[in-house]
Amino acid sequence: MTVSLTHLQRLEAESIHILREVVAEAERPVMLYSVGKDSAVMLHLAKKAFFPGTPPFPLLHVDTTWKFRAMYALRDRAAADAGMELIVHKNSDAEAQGINPFDHGSLHTDLWKTEGLKQALTAGGYDAAFGGARRDEEKSRAKERIFSFRNAHQRWDPKAQRPELWRLYNARKARGESMRVFPLSNWTELDIWQYILAEQIEIVPLYLAAPRPTVERDGMLLMVDDDRFRLAPGEVPVDRSIRFRTLGCYPLTGAVESEATDLTQVIQEMLLTTTSERQGRAIDHDQSASMEKKKAEGYF
Amino acid sequence: MGTNMTSPSPLRGEGRGEGLSQAIPLDTAPLHGPLPASGEREYRPDALIAEDIHAYLAQHQHKSLLRFITCGSVDDGKSTLIGRLLYDTRAIFADQLTALEADSKRVGTQGQNIDFALLVDGLAAEREQGITIDVAYRFFSTARRKFIVADTPGHEQYTRNMVTGASTADAAVILIDARKGVLTQTRRHSFLVHLLKLRHVVLAVNKMDLVGYDQAVFDQIVADYRAFAGSIGIADFTAIPISGLGGDNIAAGSTAMPWYDGPTLIDHLETVDVGTDAAQQRAFRLPVQWVNRPSLDFRGFSGLIASGTVRPGDPVRVLPSGRTSRVARIVTMGGDLPEAVAGQSVTLTLADEVDCSRGDVLATADAPPQVADQFQATLVWLDETALLPGRSYWLKLGTQTVGATVQEPRHAIDVNTMAELSVKTLGLNDIGVAEVYTDRPLVFEPFEEGADLGGFILIDRTTNATVAAGLLSFSLRRAQNVHWQAIDITREAHAQQKGQTPRLLWFTGLSGSGKSTIANLVEKKLFALGRHSFLLDGDNVRHGLNKDLGFTDADRVENIRRIGEVARLMTDAGLIVLTAFISPFRAERDMVRAMLPGEFVEIFVDTPLAEAEARDVKGLYAKARSGEIANFTGISSPYESPEHPNIRIDTTRESPEAAAERIVEHILGVWSPDL
Repeated sequence: MTVSLTHLQRLEAESIHILREVVAEAERPVMLYSVGKDSAVMLHLAKKAFFPGTPPFPLLHVDTTWKFRAMYALRDRAAADAGMELIVHKNSDAEAQGINPFDHGSLHTDLWKTEGLKQALTAGGYDAAFGGARRDEEKSRAKERIFSFRNAHQRWDPKAQRPELWRLYNARKARGESMRVFPLSNWTELDIWQYILAEQIEIVPLYLAAPRPTVERDGMLLMVDDDRFRLAPGEVPVDRSIRFRTLGCYPLTGAVESEATDLTQVIQEMLLTTTSERQGRAIDHDQSASMEKKKAEGYF
Repeated sequence: MGTNMTSPSPLRGEGRGEGLSQAIPLDTAPLHGPLPASGEREYRPDALIAEDIHAYLAQHQHKSLLRFITCGSVDDGKSTLIGRLLYDTRAIFADQLTALEADSKRVGTQGQNIDFALLVDGLAAEREQGITIDVAYRFFSTARRKFIVADTPGHEQYTRNMVTGASTADAAVILIDARKGVLTQTRRHSFLVHLLKLRHVVLAVNKMDLVGYDQAVFDQIVADYRAFAGSIGIADFTAIPISGLGGDNIAAGSTAMPWYDGPTLIDHLETVDVGTDAAQQRAFRLPVQWVNRPSLDFRGFSGLIASGTVRPGDPVRVLPSGRTSRVARIVTMGGDLPEAVAGQSVTLTLADEVDCSRGDVLATADAPPQVADQFQATLVWLDETALLPGRSYWLKLGTQTVGATVQEPRHAIDVNTMAELSVKTLGLNDIGVAEVYTDRPLVFEPFEEGADLGGFILIDRTTNATVAAGLLSFSLRRAQNVHWQAIDITREAHAQQKGQTPRLLWFTGLSGSGKSTIANLVEKKLFALGRHSFLLDGDNVRHGLNKDLGFTDADRVENIRRIGEVARLMTDAGLIVLTAFISPFRAERDMVRAMLPGEFVEIFVDTPLAEAEARDVKGLYAKARSGEIANFTGISSPYESPEHPNIRIDTTRESPEAAAERIVEHILGVWSPDL
């Protein structure tokens, strides 16, 4: 009798296969852990892939120091629960220069995240880094390989991608070169949510609606997460019932007004919405190819 | 580059992004709404989501997953079709549409209309050049199934990208422009789809609106395609008349084509079986990815099950070593499983301490895959640097990585005409057939059995680039160091029951040399002695098993290979097999010898050409001399005499009777009527 696998079972099997393939072929793998929902799923899959052992690689958090406080709390707990080493990297140049999202705009992302990531990967000597990106997120991601080759300068060349056939991944590279590997490439946002629901994976509470102090700026709802938030003259935080569809640096991440206080309601709202999840991110709005450009430069 | 993909067509409603901003009066599909008209692009999700999210999620959770590719050039309306699928299944969000609208005006090729190609051409280089460079993956779902569609570029120079997209697909949608019919590129795409053994082929005859929804046009195209498809081995396909512009027969039926009563495209894609279901029907195979050894008490073998099913207690064999054990547990984080099936990633523990590491394959004990180090394979060359025959590449197959060399190709295949071309090497996007030798034995199955143990890539040792994709056809010889354990009735048991040692008596020699006469006499003697034998006759084989083969070099090799395989099966059954074929080439005879080490007896029926020609029993030499028969061995085609035959018979000195007796003595030992 044939047992038909569901799409989630097939996605899970594929992701686990990818995780194991990297561990078998790479010398020093590391998992980029951003504390978001995709990271949560990726970490969960890693635990499954190597059960009853512990995933044989560390977690790396490239910290911009501007994440939501709730994210830091979950980060430390999740790593401890998994029994994995957590490496936190902060770009010391950015720190010394006092780069922040209020004064420096996109420079903040460039220095803290893109440069910070490159520094951390170089410092650790990692030759393969897992990332939680999905192909349904953005157009240039839709064309990226699962095993994405990076040259010695950690750059992505979209015109020279290695063909990727069947379940065969070519992880060979010269010293200094590296791979970014995306085990969730074929998952959609709905798949992620449904898997979190089915597997009861812990996520940052900010994904669920709750009354939170907010201000409205340039059409975005920003949460005032700590006292570093610079209020404009006359600006007063207002409590609104909000949640987040994606999580980044809190002054750069737009919230949506919502009453969805449990996962099912979140999924329902997501399915009924008319905008894609990246809409809440300032980073993508500049120009259509901005993500591709950032990725070519080494952004995850 | 890519000149066929760019130029906006002078005809309205042709090419990319046809008329998306036009209002389209359309169907009243219960589930899928019409393409939204300008100004009211409303995202309208399933009613069930709003009414009962739990019911919706329960339904969604049990959807299966189908991966398919679309092939066809931009002129066939591929982008429009994909746009239509995304629209009709509500996979496009408002902000994505807004961005698309802005991009269309800025860099699109459709004037003020939405250029749908921009939705799939995601790279800046693609937008700038107006071409599709790489495979894009899109996602949508219907009430019954989730889909991943790989949108592959249509132009010849992107064969490698189409192969990439097709390699993970269960189905292919081949688009045809109803006004143009079956074109060269249709043939190319179909050939590649067939080469990669995609399970389902859909012929989507598009732009039916531009031919007046005429059934005769559709029928003619289907008939043309059927004739071509049959000739390359595509046994079955589903043809659907569609209009990407109007949405006819895509998500909803068509009132304009009442003569068509088949499924819509979505209906069809929702119901075809997916690859993992078929893989479950085959024997169990698990390529070991990783040995999980967190402590001294636990040793698990992790991997994705390539085919079959497995349960605790099942006897399994570790390949290539051949050692056996039983499955103890199927370990997952959610608890041990009572059964696991093809497509699942699992960790198995075995009842015994057996050697097993990455690259080994766990398989059903009594039907393990083959192990060999020489193969015939079809290669698709993917790199700018051409194949260097004899150079060592890395070969990765499943979880095995070995060193490998490729011989000079037997031939390349012209993907437009299917003609076999004589070549010395393979360049970018070339497809050819060649022998591949590995430096260690590989556990494999023919590609037809599945890609997991039959598909491989070649990697350049210097640049680490993936330079080729390969499909294993068959092994050229058995690896020597494989120890098969007893299956219930072994070949030895078969032979023992018959009281004889299996042999393959391979008679070779010129036409008219006396091969058949002597072989017949030998078999009569064996029969009289109570031996179990079978004479494989050239003509009978050509009329039946090999009737699809002609007389090209490749077909001749395949002819001999099949005879060798049949002979091998018969010797497995314990028989003494006799064959009488001219088999003029040493390489072919050696190929069969390699398939049956120790059992192959080469018998050279040595009759000089002048003598054979003088006899000319069938009058063939006369015809060959007069030019009526081309490529006749001895006249217009060479005969390579065996250098060291096991038995040589000089028919000018030895009678057929005496020769037959000598052969029987050779294989049975001393002649004795009592035996």
